[in-house]
Amino acid sequence: MSEARVIPIVPLGAAQAEVERVLTICNACRYCEGFCAVFPAMTRRLSFPAADVDYLANLCHNCGACLHACQYAAPHEFAVNVPQAMARVRGETYADHAWPAALGALYKRNGLVLSLALAAGLALFLLLAVARQGSLWQAVEGGNFYAVFPHGLMVSLFAPVFLFVVFALAMAVRRFWRGISPGAASAEAVGEAAHDALRLRYLDGGHGEGCNEADDRYTLARRRFHHFTFYGFMLCFAATCMATLYHYLLGWQAPYGVTSIPKLLGISGGVSLVIGTLGLWRLNVKRHPAQGDAAQRPMDRGFIALLFLTAASGLVLMLLRGTPALPLALCVHLGAVMALFLTLPYGKFAHGVFRVAALLKWAIEKRQPNTLGVGE
Amino acid sequence: MVDVLVIGGGNAALCAALMAREAGASVLMLESAPREWRGGNSPHVRNLRCMHDAPQDVLVDAYPEEEFWQDLLKVTGGKTDERLARLVIRASSTCRDWMRSHGVRFQPSLSGALHTARTNAFFMGGGKALVNAYYRSAEALGVKVRYETPVDRIELQEGRFVAAHSGERRFAAKACVLAAGGFESNREWLREAWGRNERGEWPADNFLIRGSRFNRGVLLKHLIDSGADAIGDPTQAHMVAIDARAPLYDGGICTRIDCVSLGVVVNREAKRFYDEGEDFWPKRYAIWGRLVAQQPGQIAWSIIDAKAVGRFMPPVFPGTQADSLAELAHKLGLDEATFMHTLDRYNAACRPGHFDHTVLDDCATSGVAPAKTHWALPLTTPPFFGYALKPGVTFTYLGLKTDEHAAVHFNGVPSDNLFVAGEMMAGNVLGQGYTAGVGMSIGTAFGRIAGTSAARAALREGQHV
Ligand SMILES: Cc1cc2nc3c(=O)[nH]c(=O)nc-3n(C[C@H](O)[C@H](O)[C@H](O)COP(=O)(O)OP(=O)(O)OC[C@H]3O[C@@H](n4cnc5c(N)ncnc54)[C@H](O)[C@@H]3O)c2cc1C
Ligand code: SF4
Ligand code: SF4
Repeated sequence: MSEARVIPIVPLGAAQAEVERVLTICNACRYCEGFCAVFPAMTRRLSFPAADVDYLANLCHNCGACLHACQYAAPHEFAVNVPQAMARVRGETYADHAWPAALGALYKRNGLVLSLALAAGLALFLLLAVARQGSLWQAVEGGNFYAVFPHGLMVSLFAPVFLFVVFALAMAVRRFWRGISPGAASAEAVGEAAHDALRLRYLDGGHGEGCNEADDRYTLARRRFHHFTFYGFMLCFAATCMATLYHYLLGWQAPYGVTSIPKLLGISGGVSLVIGTLGLWRLNVKRHPAQGDAAQRPMDRGFIALLFLTAASGLVLMLLRGTPALPLALCVHLGAVMALFLTLPYGKFAHGVFRVAALLKWAIEKRQPNTLGVGE
Repeated sequence: MVDVLVIGGGNAALCAALMAREAGASVLMLESAPREWRGGNSPHVRNLRCMHDAPQDVLVDAYPEEEFWQDLLKVTGGKTDERLARLVIRASSTCRDWMRSHGVRFQPSLSGALHTARTNAFFMGGGKALVNAYYRSAEALGVKVRYETPVDRIELQEGRFVAAHSGERRFAAKACVLAAGGFESNREWLREAWGRNERGEWPADNFLIRGSRFNRGVLLKHLIDSGADAIGDPTQAHMVAIDARAPLYDGGICTRIDCVSLGVVVNREAKRFYDEGEDFWPKRYAIWGRLVAQQPGQIAWSIIDAKAVGRFMPPVFPGTQADSLAELAHKLGLDEATFMHTLDRYNAACRPGHFDHTVLDDCATSGVAPAKTHWALPLTTPPFFGYALKPGVTFTYLGLKTDEHAAVHFNGVPSDNLFVAGEMMAGNVLGQGYTAGVGMSIGTAFGRIAGTSAARAALREGQHV
């Protein structure tokens, strides 16, 4: 066998060893090859060293199809449960690749309670700061929240956090990527990975009818709610970028009118995020218990809750901006946003970054010749 | 009283239940397994053999009726009812849309099985996804399903079905479809059928069952004892050589050993006994179960060297590995001297050629018996691997005789309201041998016919009352 790359022999952890066990069965079975990219990627391998396990685990979208379709699922003695085994490893890859490494442990703590407590704590801190200036309950002319928190202060609070988030996630993915370097990415591969990520291709079940949630029925619900969430988030992000451009490039100060571009983007993004996160919450609660890793549900829900809180408080803020409740609403919103950002690199958000990296690896890998000739 | 009672819970039973329900009958299904084990052997299937005259959705090229028929004739050695076989073949070309309407999804074959993409349609997610889809559809249409209800007896009146009994429970119906599978997991019956060999062994005691533990043939035996006409030979079954470490039941597809044609196979006496390179493995796959069943202790070992790695489907269990052939013999517990003699003779007999495991190549042995006629490379590159093989029974062929309406026959007379489908009658078409995917073709065709016939019988009877 010609192995161009040298795989460091890293002993497998317990979660990785389970994925290796399960994939060894799958590789001899292959009935699920039509569902997603994990199986075709698997068939290019005969063994599953740690880096490959991490890669395949992040390529899995936890759609659940291959659990319900598995002839070896419990009570069969092989007890194959691919989505669960993969989910456990995914959780570990986020923590193990975290930057700085010491903060990896935060993944275990970013549960619902902590996320909400952090948001509440930050909001309270801001409220106290505002209250000290005696301006907690006051209508602000034109809904101008810079009168409550000056623009410079906001930038000095959020810009460093934002830059840190981007840097920390980039460092984490870099380590993940190095585990198996599949070679250079062609434009075509990048395009395909982007397309697959943006469309959530592998939540279509391979037949366009979606994935499994509560039972063996296929549903597009998760794909749709995820789209609402993701694109809602991106619209909000675009709104912020737009506002930043207005501010620095054009010298236009907020607040902007309801029909301005930042506002339109922000409102539609906020509404979309609210719909998406409510839907994902409901699906998370109703999910078949054997799918995924139950231990990660607090982290999932913490992230969903912060996204929801950020979006909902943003919308409330907009509605209340002419009233004396503005400072209060603003503090709650900023608390939520700050908590969301602080937890981004150490919570569920990381799945997006790792998944895109895995999709890109796959897009590169599938374009390379398969060195195995197992045929049939 | 329910119109149609369907006994069994696999592919044939589900096809029958759906068709009967679509024809307007009320339907009750009795499945012996609990819900999580439902479906018998059907959750283990992968594909369906389909006739088609031109490329169709997942099927490439053409696989016309005549070619399908010739393939069947060849594997069965003529032990097939041409009328029923042609009915199955024709039905296989039109059933996919109906299957789709009940949620079954097909996929293009991905991992290198291009030659089967011509003859076989692969199920997305395999047989369990198919079974799940059928159950969802059946329940949505109002078919009632009772799990954990093994039927042990049928009440008959002059060749007519009256009721089925499961322990104390009695289920009366106007018509009934029997689709309770073969008898492969009835160890006593297998033992009886295979008998004792000249070495004093009971070969069937060493068989592994690739599919369901619930296919015990209780009804098959009961009906034959009640005078139903049978067809086929109880020792005929689809038997392959599988990993000896496979579970006793439900090992399914993943326990197959695909490296036979790349190396040599020796028995417990460390001797070769058959041409490992006779033909492509898929074509020879189904003969090795019987070959191993005839060896002492019903066991054999497939031996390969490092050259074969990466050229066959990865096995589910790791092989026994050694750096020399002598060490391998030792690790496998085989007599080292005989093993070395066998391997040395084989290695010396390999003639140079152009090895290509994707065609019938010209690497053959000369001067050794049995010969290896293709892919004969000397086993010289360490590490060496050995995989122990045992016979794995897929399904049995003995069944109930039937006709184009799927009726059960008593002394040559078709019953008006008792029908049969699937493995329980597959022997009408498949007296011996096997060609991949034809089990599902038979079960789907006859399941649908039996369901329609039963609904017609029940609704006709309804008008009299
Ligand atoms: C590993 C494996 C792979 C296979 N692959 C393929 C393939 O790819 N393509 C193909 O065409 N064929 C394949 N086959 C063969 C295929 O499984 C059968 O042809 C087909 O499933 C038979 O369907 P059936 O409904 O007749 O029987 P089954 O699916 O076995 O169903 C029998 C049902 O009857 C129930 N039952 C049994 N006894 C009783 C009783 N007394 N009362 C009530 N219920 C009872 C069982 O629980 C079960 O639900 C494979 C078989 C195996 C084992
Ligand atoms: S999940 Fe189960 S059915 Fe699917 S490929 Fe793996 S072992 Fe086979
Ligand atoms: S859960 Fe879904 S995405 Fe993950 S491996 Fe199974 S089929 Fe693929």
